Amino acid sequence: MSENIYITETTIEGDEDGPLAGRTVAVKDNISTEGVRTTCGSAMLEEYVPPYDGTVIERLKAAGATIPGKTNMDEFGMGTTTETSAFGSTDNPAAPGHVPGGSSGGSAAAVAAGEADLALGTDTGGSVRCPAAFCGVVGIKPTYGLVSRYGLIAYANSLEQIGPLAPSVEEAAELLEVIAGPDERDGTTRDATDHGSDYEYAEAADGDVDGLEIGVPTELLDGADDRVVDQFWNAIDDLEARGASYHEVSLPSLEHAVEAYYVIAMSEASSNLARFDGVRYGTSGGYDGNWNEAFAAAREEGFGEEVKRRILLGTYALSAGYHDKYYKKAQDARAWIQQDFDEALSEADVLASPTMPVTPFELGESLDDPMKMYLADANTTPVNLANLPAISVPVGDDPGLPVGLQLVGPAFGEKRLIRAGSALA
Amino acid sequence: MAQVQERSDLAVVIGLEVHVQLETETKIFCGCSTEPAAEPNTRTCPVCLGLPGALPVLNEGAVEAAVKVGKAIDADIPETTEFHRKNYYYPDLPKNFQITQYDSPICQDGELECTVEGERRTIGIERAHLEEDPGSLAHQGGSIDTAEYTLVDYNRAGTPLMEIVTEPDFRGAAEVRAFLAKLEEVLEYLGVFDPERDGSLRIDANLSVVDADEIGADGEIDEAVLEGANRTEVKNISSHKGAEKALAYEAQRQKNAVERGREVEQETRHWDESRGITVSMRSKEEEKDYRYFREADIPPLQVSDWKEEIEIPELPDARRERFQSEYGLSEEAADKLTSTKQVADFYESVAEAFDPDLAATWVADELLGELNYRDMAITDIEERFDEVERLIELVDDEEITVKNARETVLRSMLDDGDDPDTIVDREGLGKTSGDEVQAAVEEAIEENPDAVEDYHSGEDGAINFLVGQVMQKTGGSADPGDVNGLLREALEE
Repeated sequence: MSENIYITETTIEGDEDGPLAGRTVAVKDNISTEGVRTTCGSAMLEEYVPPYDGTVIERLKAAGATIPGKTNMDEFGMGTTTETSAFGSTDNPAAPGHVPGGSSGGSAAAVAAGEADLALGTDTGGSVRCPAAFCGVVGIKPTYGLVSRYGLIAYANSLEQIGPLAPSVEEAAELLEVIAGPDERDGTTRDATDHGSDYEYAEAADGDVDGLEIGVPTELLDGADDRVVDQFWNAIDDLEARGASYHEVSLPSLEHAVEAYYVIAMSEASSNLARFDGVRYGTSGGYDGNWNEAFAAAREEGFGEEVKRRILLGTYALSAGYHDKYYKKAQDARAWIQQDFDEALSEADVLASPTMPVTPFELGESLDDPMKMYLADANTTPVNLANLPAISVPVGDDPGLPVGLQLVGPAFGEKRLIRAGSALA
Repeated sequence: MAQVQERSDLAVVIGLEVHVQLETETKIFCGCSTEPAAEPNTRTCPVCLGLPGALPVLNEGAVEAAVKVGKAIDADIPETTEFHRKNYYYPDLPKNFQITQYDSPICQDGELECTVEGERRTIGIERAHLEEDPGSLAHQGGSIDTAEYTLVDYNRAGTPLMEIVTEPDFRGAAEVRAFLAKLEEVLEYLGVFDPERDGSLRIDANLSVVDADEIGADGEIDEAVLEGANRTEVKNISSHKGAEKALAYEAQRQKNAVERGREVEQETRHWDESRGITVSMRSKEEEKDYRYFREADIPPLQVSDWKEEIEIPELPDARRERFQSEYGLSEEAADKLTSTKQVADFYESVAEAFDPDLAATWVADELLGELNYRDMAITDIEERFDEVERLIELVDDEEITVKNARETVLRSMLDDGDDPDTIVDREGLGKTSGDEVQAAVEEAIEENPDAVEDYHSGEDGAINFLVGQVMQKTGGSADPGDVNGLLREALEE
């Protein structure tokens, strides 16, 4: 356990029977667990113990899973390396000395190190897929609305979903089966059966790609690391050999995805995190001055630098006079990106790209350069903006630095992604 | 010192923001009860406490109530409606943002007619939208400025509110009072509002004074003129009576300032009900930036179909007219009998069971009169309508006299809480049977030969004496008119 995978080790027992009986599922520390502190990787919530279970926790328990602990993460999900955690960084079990990716770095590391059979992460702009790719495991970001967010402490609520991490596609699919499905406590959930799917995800993991048409967005290969690009094409060749075919496709809107993503995510974050003001969370009292000054002091003390940066930028983007220039423009870009995906997916069954344009950073490498970190999200963020499902599967055989391949499908097309992905892992 | 110049050419312009608590079983975004509770923080859950990870789920009952209001004020209800976040930091706000509606309110462009000093006035309603009520603060050891510390009670947090924003159509405090009374009446009729609940109505008013010349014959005012005039926002008004007092005060304060040649400061003022004055809260130099944006946790709601499906009850004005035409009531009686929905409903049930005139007398005059005398409301006896109906039945069947019903039974019902039959038995008020009265009449004639003689010699007072004797013998339970007739009959034999 030298990797610093868990923020809190615990044992939450599930029911005796169920599809996950006898298996352990590590849970990212931004998903509320009754009676077990849930910190979001922040000093602000170091002592916060939720009085209720999130919906996915209830479903895990009912499925018989045991939760061995709450995993490390970038503070409030804001990071790509798990280094912004107030509880220290996590080492990458698949590439020691390197970051495990983020923000669900602890969850991916738990699976990669065998500390847990399976794990739950959350994906706002790639936070399941990035650490899956960096740690050499499988990660799924479900269609927005497939999995209840009730109990997930929001970073950017219009973008995020809870998703599974596992050593194989089939196991990830089994976990997805347990957590998916509508929830009356989350008004944004939708029933997959109303959208042409069912919930039998695991049975789709048959590796059959015969006749699969793959679109490859050229924009998502531009600027990617050579080593990553090589591994990616090797995997495409592999799929082609099994009966799939591919064509290149252009989605011009994707060039604006990172900008649009950060404006929207930061704007929502500035509001979502407003409740942490020292009254009920964080260090309270003892400050001079009026309420506003006391709130400011508590927030100055409780939040880390990256969180403060994003709250400030988000507040700015929503402010009178800038709202149209930033927030509204980002929403327009989001609509454009959704349209581009719709078009590309009308000509292809799935879209494929490297999950991350880079291989894992060395620990400490990106901390001083937020732009470098933000740009690494170029391939994952468009999917969240489009509310679509995606899977990251490990490809290639370079033992040193794992590479992930991302497949994107149409809304509620998880079974298609699982079928295709299972040909590779 | 500036010259004081009395000016009769100043006019007052007022617009309102009225916050109404909608009466629903549960809160707007969670399943907690909206009933007030004595113990703080007992009607709460993760959602209304704003706990991290909890999500709002829209209560359809609140939407239904809002659609009813929209129909009653003849507003446009859009195809879809959306919710937004209003971001500001305040300790009573569990999430430090309020879920409200910004640019797609559930009601737009409505109006409400009211009567001011006998004249009909139509007040424009710019918009009405749904939002959540914050919690409430209890300042300990002082006021908001001087308290040692402050406690927060989240019981109220999440109570559905409707904010109704009027056009600046009011030209005086009396109009505001009439409008608010009418609004309350309509909301009560719709069954979406409980006026008895503390804090169920909260009013903010914007008031400015302008040259009377600027106001057209039809009461219209140029928007630019209004924009140019400094206005104050008066907060902390909680009733239509309070609104009239507060705004009459504020109008005079502003007029005084203008007459003294001073500029009215654009600011927010607090209505201090106990002192009867408005006091400056803070200067409103800059507009607050609430950074509104759409609440993604609540999907856009299709409301167009709701408008078709939801029906609203007959509103007071229509009912008043119908009472006059259908039951032949006077305008005054119809007014009284439609003053609240409970009164009107009760009147109609009595009118159908007995007779519209008898019902009008008993509900409008007797019952409301006695309630009013005791400072009681119709809602105080709502549970006992069947007893009142029984009383009317006793009168209608001539089992008790009108006088006894009015002066003894009804009063005892209200004062002691007994039911009419119990009172009639206890007081021995049942009308005596014909035989007993006849016997008493014969006795009285036999026992009082002098009076009989006086009667025959044409002395009118004699019959009254004999009636009194009979009444005494029957313990007051005979009908004096009947006795009079029986006596005359017997004496003429």
